[in-house]
Order: sequence, then C-alpha cells, then structure tokens
Amino acid sequence: MKSVLSGTMDLKTDLATEINSPRRYQLLRRKIVSLMALVTILPLLSLAGINYYEHQNTMASEIQAPLRALVGKAKHSFELFLAERTSAVSFIASAYTFDELSSDTNLQRIFQVMRREFTGFVDLGLIDTAGNQISYAGPYDLKDRNYTSQDWFHQVQFKGTYVSDVFLGFRKFPHVVIAVRHTTESGQSWILRATLDTMHFDRIIAAMGLEPGSDAFLLNRGGILQTESRRYGKVLGMLPFALPPTNFESNVQALRDDQNREIFLASAFIANTDFALAAIKPRPTVFSTWYTVRADLLFIFVSGVIVIFLAVYRLTSALINRLQHSDEQRMGAIHQMEHSQKLSSIGRLAAGVAHEINNPLAIINEKAGLMRDIMDLRPEFPDKDKFSRQIDSILRSVDRCRGITHRMLGFAKRMDVKIETLDLNSVLEETLGFLEREAQYRNVEIRRNLVPDMPSIPTDHGQIQQVFLNILNNALAAVPDGGRITLTTWDVDENFVGVSIEDNGCGMSEETAKNMFEPFFTTKKEKGTGLGMSITYGIVKRLGGELKVQSKLNEGTTMTILLPKKSTEGQA
Amino acid sequence: MNTSAWNILLVDDEVEFVSTLAERLELRGINARVAYDGESALKAVAENEPQVMVLDVMMPGIKGLDVLQRVREERPEVRVILLTGQGKTRDGIEGMRYGAFAYMMKPLDLEELIRTLREAMSAHEGTPDA
Repeated sequence: MKSVLSGTMDLKTDLATEINSPRRYQLLRRKIVSLMALVTILPLLSLAGINYYEHQNTMASEIQAPLRALVGKAKHSFELFLAERTSAVSFIASAYTFDELSSDTNLQRIFQVMRREFTGFVDLGLIDTAGNQISYAGPYDLKDRNYTSQDWFHQVQFKGTYVSDVFLGFRKFPHVVIAVRHTTESGQSWILRATLDTMHFDRIIAAMGLEPGSDAFLLNRGGILQTESRRYGKVLGMLPFALPPTNFESNVQALRDDQNREIFLASAFIANTDFALAAIKPRPTVFSTWYTVRADLLFIFVSGVIVIFLAVYRLTSALINRLQHSDEQRMGAIHQMEHSQKLSSIGRLAAGVAHEINNPLAIINEKAGLMRDIMDLRPEFPDKDKFSRQIDSILRSVDRCRGITHRMLGFAKRMDVKIETLDLNSVLEETLGFLEREAQYRNVEIRRNLVPDMPSIPTDHGQIQQVFLNILNNALAAVPDGGRITLTTWDVDENFVGVSIEDNGCGMSEETAKNMFEPFFTTKKEKGTGLGMSITYGIVKRLGGELKVQSKLNEGTTMTILLPKKSTEGQA
Repeated sequence: MNTSAWNILLVDDEVEFVSTLAERLELRGINARVAYDGESALKAVAENEPQVMVLDVMMPGIKGLDVLQRVREERPEVRVILLTGQGKTRDGIEGMRYGAFAYMMKPLDLEELIRTLREAMSAHEGTPDA
C-alpha cells in the first residue's frame, strides 16, 4: 500500500516539477513573444513594403515625366532646326530657275544670303538629274562631281527631300547633308544640296540643361551616335547597347546599359530624318531623394519594431508571471487536496482497523474478566496474586488498545466537518495523546498550564485537532531531547479564548517567522511539503480565529491561537 | 434488587465474546441466555420472554437495528441495550430513535453493563412502553 501510494506521489511530483519548471515558462514566453511580435510586425513590414513600392512608382513617374518632356522639347527643337533649313533649301530650289542656279556667281551670292539668315550652312551645290554637280558655293572643290552612285542621290530622287546621317567632312567636322529635288511645271528637275555642320545639334542638347551624370545624344536607326555622348562615345561611335523600341512620341523606359547600370532612357524619333534623340538618367541619381525618404521610413520602422517588441515583451512577461503565479497557486491547491485526501484515506484505513480490532479486544477483555471472576470466587486459588497481576496487565493492555483505537477513530472523524461545542482543554489533551510517546521517549517535558473553567466554544473538532497537531509536531521537532513544551489556555475576553504552545527549541529567524505561513515554505527540506503551517493558518482563519507567531533564534517559539467564542458566519 | 429473577438475553455473532459475558453475568447471579444471530434472537424473545436484551448492532443476517425494530413492535416491554463498535455512535443514536433503552461501546466495562442492566430492569418494572 505504502509503495503504491509513494509511487503515485512520485509521479505527481514529477508532473508538478514538469508543469512548474522555469524552462516551460521560458519556452512559453519565447513562443508568445515571437508570435505577438510576428503578428504586430508583419503588418508594419507589409505596410513598409507597400509604401516602398508605391513610393518607388511615384518617384519613377515623377522622374520619368520631366525626362519625357525634356526629350519632347529637344526633339521639337531638332525638328524645327532641320525643317527651317530644309525649307530654306527648298525655297531657294523653287524660287530660282535652273539657269540662275547653275551660275556659280549667283549661287555664291544666294549662299552668302542664306548663311546670313540661317546659321550652320557650310556649302550649297546644284546637281542635275544625271547626278552631275552643276555649280557649287562653299569651301570645297566639288565641281563636276557625279553622284549617281551615291545612295542619298537616289533617296532624294525618290522622296523629294533628304537629310543624311552625320559624317566627317574633309575638315574632320561632323556634317549633315540636306538635299531637295525641285521639279518645274514643264517637267525639268534639279537637286539643290546643302551641307550643315552639326555644332547646332550640340547646342540644342546643351540647352536641355542636363544634370551631372545625365546624358543626351542623337543617333541614327543603326545605333550610330550622331552627336557626342558623355558616357557612350564620340560621334559616329556605336551605342554600346541596343536602343529600346522607339517611336515619334517621346517615351521612357527603365533598362540596364552595357555597364549594367540601371538607367531611365527617354527616346523619340526626329520627324523626316533617320535620327532618334535619347536622354539618359542613371537610376541612383533618380532615387537619391528616395534614399532620404527611406532613411526616415527605416528609422520609423526600426523604432516602431523596437517599441512593439518592448511592449510585447513586457506584456508577455507580465502575463507569464501571472500565469506562473496562478499555476503555483493551483499546484498549492492540488497539494492541499492531495494532502487531505491522503489524510482521509489514512483515516478510513484507521477506522477500519479500529473496528476490526474492537471485537477480538472485547473477547480478550471478557476472557480476562472471567478469569479474574473465577479466581475471586475461590479464595484458596494457588498463586492467586501472580495470576491476578497477569490479568491486571492484560486488562491494562486492553485499555491501552481501547485508547489507541479511540484516537484512530477520532482521527478518521476529523474528515467530517462538523461544528460542535468543544472544550479546547480536552481536545488539546486528546491531541497530545498522539505525541506523548515520542515526547516520553525523547524526554521532552510537557507542561500544562490549562485554565480549569475554560469556556466551551463552537468549532470543528477534526480541524482544530489538526491545528493543534501541526503546531505540536513543529514544537516537538524544534525542541532538543530533554526540552520543554508549555501548553497554556486562557479566557481572553468576551469574544475569544486563547491557546498558546510554547517551546524552548531552536526558534526561527525573523525572515523564517515572516514566511512560515506561506504555502511551500519549508525548513524541513525534503521531509516537509511546506503546507502544514499554511493549512493551519488557513483553518484558523476559516474558523474565525487568529494565529500569531513569536520566535527568537535559539531561544524558542510561541504560537498563539485565538478562537472565537461564538460561531462566525461562513465557517467551513 | 434481586438479580436472580432477571432474565437477560445476550445477542452477538461473536460466540466467544457473548458466551464469556453470559458466564460472567451468571457468576454474579444474573440469568443470561445467548443467541448468535438475529433470527434465533427473535425466537428466544418469543419463547423466553426476557426483560432485557443486549443486542450487537453489527451482525450477519438480520441486522441488529432490524431485530430492534421487530422486538419493539412485537414485545415493546422488552428493554434493548445496543452494543456498538467504537466510533459507531451514529448507529447507537439511530437505535435510540428506534426505541433502544441505551447504547454501549465494545469492549465493555462489565460494571457499567450491570449498572445499565439495573436501570433497564427498574424501567421494566415500571410502566411498560406502549
């Protein structure tokens, strides 16, 4: 039975250790903190993410729009410049007759006027339909040349006007050619060809007012640079990456160049030419503003996370502490329940044993009684005294047994809560009966200082007995062999009676005395549950009484119990 | 009071106990018969008409309290002293409600039993219970 009981207890203790282990709370704390942090930080994170994305989009469009406008404006400048020059050449071609134009003197004069009105013209020449240079005004000696083998000649024959790609002339200056075909009503036709230097192209690009790091250039459909690029090479160099699809409307694309830099590229075709205008802004420059914004955002985000984390941690800590506290209280309640269950089962066992013993005890009693009766009836019974002593001894033993079974039954009865009117002196005496043998064995003196006319009070017999037993047990444990325990009862006032149990044992430190009614507080290490005194205190409080302790280390302890004379409300 | 005229019935399933008790009473001049169970107790009551019956509560077969009730119905003039084990005060109190004269606890104090028997006899000689 004992081993089974202790086995169960071990299991329960293990379970309790498991439940109350600090590791479990650490784990729980970690779990809750991370979960709560996740739940709170995740929306913040996604908010920041969305903000980042939106901001990037806005920023991109904010960067792209001016770039697009800039390219659009410059494209118009180019178109206007070329259209003016083309119109001028076209006007001259149609304003004069072939004969007038074929005179070098005339052409020279016209060229001088044209140069005055329009900047950029380098030379002017008349070519007949057979491709022969008829007349020429300009710095080069191009007279009598034939152009039939040249591509531009066929193009102008076919299209009417033609603007060439940039090429380097004899003086190693970049030029473009504008050629216009004119046909009279009579069907005679000629071609007027003018050369422009491209300095004016550079001027238009410079007028775009590009930021440092940005770039703009003209290029033809074959990807050959028509103006110098800050980054991608000189005139007539090849653009190191393919131009994205372009049309006549200025539009912006994000891409990576040959050096793998992220860039925004705005481009548009120039009307009536093979040219495309491109402007480039590197992305890091584009997003320099975003980085400052993002720094702010990052600061808010990080401090937000820190604040959330701290709040979550503190909240969780408070929660876990409370949980731990309530778990401890629950465990305390379970322990107390276990304790009383244990007492109750011991009580039932004791009652059963006492009952079983009663009958044979009654027989022994009667048999011994009969033996004495028989002896008493015969005066001349041999060894009468000797036998009489034996019988007395048997009857005394029966009496002792009767006392033991009586106490055992009394112990069992404690489990039934019942308020009855009791004389505390006799309850004290009865309780002492449990411990008297130990006291005698250890030579502990029990002094009784009991007031004889102690008023009876309504209280629970079993519970008050447990209170006395717990305190007496502690007193007995505290005193050395040969020590002294003094029991005092007195009538305090019209409301209370007092019982004090004083020992001259080891006493307690102030700290121990302060904590002795706390659950689980024990000085007996493995031997005690640390509940005895807290249960005792609980019972006395429930019975409407008070329990006080006075103790001095190495001098002794006095426990004083005050119990009400009248039954109070809410008694257990 | 002349104890020789007393007619006592002792009922208990513990044969050793009840027979020894009867012998001790006889030694003191008290006429005591014994019965070892409820059934024979009821028969003995009908046949021998005892004045007082000492009845153990805990018995196999017919329980002591049932025997008490039957005796109170059939022979209300018979005084019944109940024997209970220690801590079985409740049985004793219940027995008193059924009309037992007294209840005593085992192991018995013979002098106390004789005192109680004497009280029961004087009650018996007075007006019988209805």
